[in-house]
Formats: sequence, structure tokens, C-alpha cells
Amino acid sequence: MTAEPGASAPEHPADAGRPGAVDAVEVRHPWRWVALAVIAVLVAMLVHLLVTNPAFDWAFTLEVMNQTAVIRGVLLGTLLMTVLAMVIGVGLGVVLAVMRLSDNPLLSGAAWVYTWFFRSVPRYVLLTFTGSLGALFAGGLSFGVPFDFLLTDALGTPELRFLNLDQATIYRLLGGYAGGVLALGLSEAAYMAEIARAGLLSVDRGQHEAAEALGMTKRQSMRRVVLPQAMRVIVPPTGNELIAMMKDTSLLSALPVTLELFYQVTQISGRTYQVLPALSAAVLYYLVLTSVLMVGQHFLEKRFGRGFGGQAAARPAAAGVALGPGGAK
Amino acid sequence: MSRPLVEAVNVSKSFGHTEVLKGVDLQVHAGEVVCLLGPSGSGKTTFLRCVNALERIDGGWLRVDGELVGLLERGGRLHRMTDKQIAAQRRDIGMVFQRFNLFPHMTALENVVEAPCLVRREKRADAERRALALLERVGLADRVGNYPAQLSGGQQQRVAIARALAMQPKLMLFDEPTSALDPELVGEVLQVMRELAADGTTMVVVTHEVAFAREVADQVVFMDGGVVVERGTPEQVIGAPRHERTRAFLARVRSGDEG
Repeated sequence: MTAEPGASAPEHPADAGRPGAVDAVEVRHPWRWVALAVIAVLVAMLVHLLVTNPAFDWAFTLEVMNQTAVIRGVLLGTLLMTVLAMVIGVGLGVVLAVMRLSDNPLLSGAAWVYTWFFRSVPRYVLLTFTGSLGALFAGGLSFGVPFDFLLTDALGTPELRFLNLDQATIYRLLGGYAGGVLALGLSEAAYMAEIARAGLLSVDRGQHEAAEALGMTKRQSMRRVVLPQAMRVIVPPTGNELIAMMKDTSLLSALPVTLELFYQVTQISGRTYQVLPALSAAVLYYLVLTSVLMVGQHFLEKRFGRGFGGQAAARPAAAGVALGPGGAK
Repeated sequence: MSRPLVEAVNVSKSFGHTEVLKGVDLQVHAGEVVCLLGPSGSGKTTFLRCVNALERIDGGWLRVDGELVGLLERGGRLHRMTDKQIAAQRRDIGMVFQRFNLFPHMTALENVVEAPCLVRREKRADAERRALALLERVGLADRVGNYPAQLSGGQQQRVAIARALAMQPKLMLFDEPTSALDPELVGEVLQVMRELAADGTTMVVVTHEVAFAREVADQVVFMDGGVVVERGTPEQVIGAPRHERTRAFLARVRSGDEG
């Protein structure tokens, strides 16, 4: 037998004397076992702490989680608020991104100033500020034709206003749930504008040209060709923003919005002096909500990743799209 | 003789201070296949892009089917077309790009169906029926459900040709359709183009495939330095070029083919 060491005997007689399948000893990874041991010990310590430390009181935590006010806080204060603020944020953000990329310097400048302002103000400050904005409207706020009083002076037209809010109403609106949705949504729009802009810019110039060469207007090409591809780049960071927004609802007590989860839990911890167990209830809820959102994000990424990844090997290097397969997680 | 489908007179175009087209004259008649040859930077691709208003011309005039490209004559003055008017004009002009530019998030079938449904407001079922026929015509009946990333370069370019044909254009523009392809995939794309030419499609083709031009073109136009140097039948321009620049270019391209 002339076979090299490690090579098994060839199966086919014609291959006699030629090396066959490789039969080699795999590389050992002893440090993996060390890492496993260290992590196992740390996990055991953590579990031990969670189970035996008397400062935790899981029965009480569960009781807090089951309180109507807390559940309302999760559903209305945290979840619904997140959804409403993100709807404003994503919608306005895409509009701002399109404005920013427009040829019109006025539109692109306005979008830049908006982004600059709302990215500069911390959310906690913004929420507190929004709660105090009513001070601007000592005489109330009216919706209608701008500067209608000038028209009244010049032409004698009646007041052209269809909705009047007095100062107390404004304080109540801005200092409450509506104010929270507005402030968080406007702030989010600034971040979403940057994310959407990056997404739109990631789409190859040739895609615009191909769409327009087929007779699509810029609008049609944006809606059917460019945006769906930009979504692939937009979705992962937006999932991140969604999760961040969900956690930022805990800042709403600055307004103050009392409906929200964290505020409710701190109230209970203040009443009962069971600080850790009460706060654990909030932590658990935030963990659950984040997990649910991550599952949703996974499916969105799959939906907008159509045509990318998977059979990446079949893709020629010269394909019209310069993006790699897959996407950030 | 009838009015040419494409009529370019003294067309000029600059990018910044670089003059890319310096007075190009060209006529393409219905049913004709015109091949534009020339070294890179000669302006042939820019000229092709001007024909469907992907670039604006700075001087001269350019008509497709009697209409000025991107401009309207009203009250003795020229007016720029709006985005919508330009889009309407492009509906009758198909374009095939060097890098295919298929929509990667749509299957081959969806790529072909998209514009007829969206732009021509065709019924989905009708558009799909025609799209399937077109994909069969370019030899991809078994690939209709594949995404572009799952197709070879040659297959992608054939889908791109079917996509352009789906709008039933009066004129097809090809911008170096085989330059981004591996050598063994060039033939299948040229074969589809040969069949289109045989069916009487009016085509303007920017290409480096001299053999294809010689076989298929009715008119060969050689461009260099932003002007048309020489034009005529393939026998005249490729077989017996009169200008030194044409001869030098052909010699270079041919030695490349053999090497």
C-alpha cells in the first residue's frame, strides 16, 4: 500500500495509489472548556442570588405585575405610547429624509435644521419643556387663517378661526398623554430621518435610472423601487429605535404622564418600601416587551431582505447592487 | 424617405468643463439597427443616455419620433418638460444597461410586470401573460420565479431586455449590454439581440462587439472625442475604414479579441 499517512484506502480500483478521503484529527479547543467552566460558575452564582437573597420577593413581584394599574401602564403607557410615537417618528422621518435629499435647498435646509434641533435636546429635557409649553399660550391657541387679524383690519373680514383652545386645555394636552406622544414622536423623527436618509442613499443610482427609463415618474420609482430596497437598510436600526423608544417611555413622568409603567411601579415601591421586588416587576415587563419586539423585527428583516442573501453564491460580482448579503442584527 | 425615428443635429453636452459631445449628428430610421462604436470616453454612452433624457443636452436638438427630447416648443420658446412629461416620453423608449439594473427585490417575472402595471395601467393578468411570453422569448421560461441574485449575468441581462420590451417601445437603446458579462455569457445575450433585430426592432446599440455590429447593424457609427468620425454600412466602416482613428480602434479591439 503506497497511500500517504492519514488517507484511507481508495474505494475505486482505478484510484489505487491515489490519495482518498482525508481522515485527520480535528484541532482541540481547550480554552473553550475553560470559558464554559467560568461562565457556568457565574450563572450558578446569579441563579443562587436570585433564588436565595431575601431582598428579592418574587411572590410580591408577581403581585405587582398583576396589579391593574401596572398592566394598564404596560399596555397604554408603554406599548401604545411607543407605537404612537414611532408612527409619528417613522412617517415624519421618511418625509424629512426625502426633503433632505431633495434638489430644493429650502426643503433640504429645513430638514437639516429640524434634525439639528431635535437631536440636540435630550428627551428628558424635551418632555419637561413640552409640559411647560402652555406658558406660551396665555391667550389660548387658535387654528385658522394665519394673521387673520390683519385681514380684519384691512378688509373688515370676520375672524377666520375654526378651533380655539384656552390655556388650561393646552396645559392639559401638552402636559399629558398627547404631549408625550408629540414630544417623543417629533424627537424620534429626527433620528429616523437620518436612518431613512442612509437607507435611501444605499440604493444604487442605476435603480433610479432603470425605473425612470421604464417611464416611471420620480414618485413611482421612489415608492415601488427605491423605498422597498432602502427598507432593507432602514429596518434593523429602526428596530433598535423602537426598543429604545419603548424604554424611553419611562421618562414620561417628566411631563408628567402618570399612566406609564415605570411611574406606577415607583409609586408602589414608595408605598410599600419593597423597592427591589417592585422594580423587578418593571424590569421583567421591559424584558418581555423587548423580546416580543425583537421577534417582530426578525420577521420584518426577512420580508424586506427578499432577493438578497440566501443564494449569495449564485450572485455574480458585477450585479447591479453593491450591497452584501444579509443585514445587521 | 420617411422621417427618422431618432434625429440628432449638432448635439453637444458638457459635464462641468469637460465637453463630452461636440456636435453629434445622427439619424435612425424605424426598423434600423445602429451600432455605436468607439473608444471609452468617446461620448457614445452619453449620447445614448441623452436620447431618453437621462442626460440633458446643452446644444443642438434631438428628436425621437418627431418630438424634442425633454423639451416642449410653445409660443416660439423652448420649455423644459416636467418630471411627468419626461416620464411619459420615456415610455416609448426601452433601455438596457451595462450593469442590468434589475430590481433585486422582485423576481424575474415581477421585474417584467412592474412597469406595464404601474405605468401603462395594464391588468395584472394581461401583463403577466405577456411577461411570460417575453421571458420565454429570451429563453428564461424556467426562471420566472427567480430573484436576480439567483441568476447568472447573462440571464439577468436577458430579463432586463424582456423588462424593456414589456413596455412595447418604439425604440430600444442598449448601453454596452455585454461589457459586464463573463466571456462565455456574452453569446446568449447577443443571440437575443440578433433575434430582436431580425424581428424589425429599431435598436441603437453601444457596443465593443465588432463582430456583432458587422453582422447585425444596418448602420455603424464610429465616435471619438465627442464627434462622429465615420459612419456607413458595416462593410464600409468595419470592412474598409477610411479614417486612421477608426483603423487604430478596430486594430486594438481585434487584437484584444484574439488575446
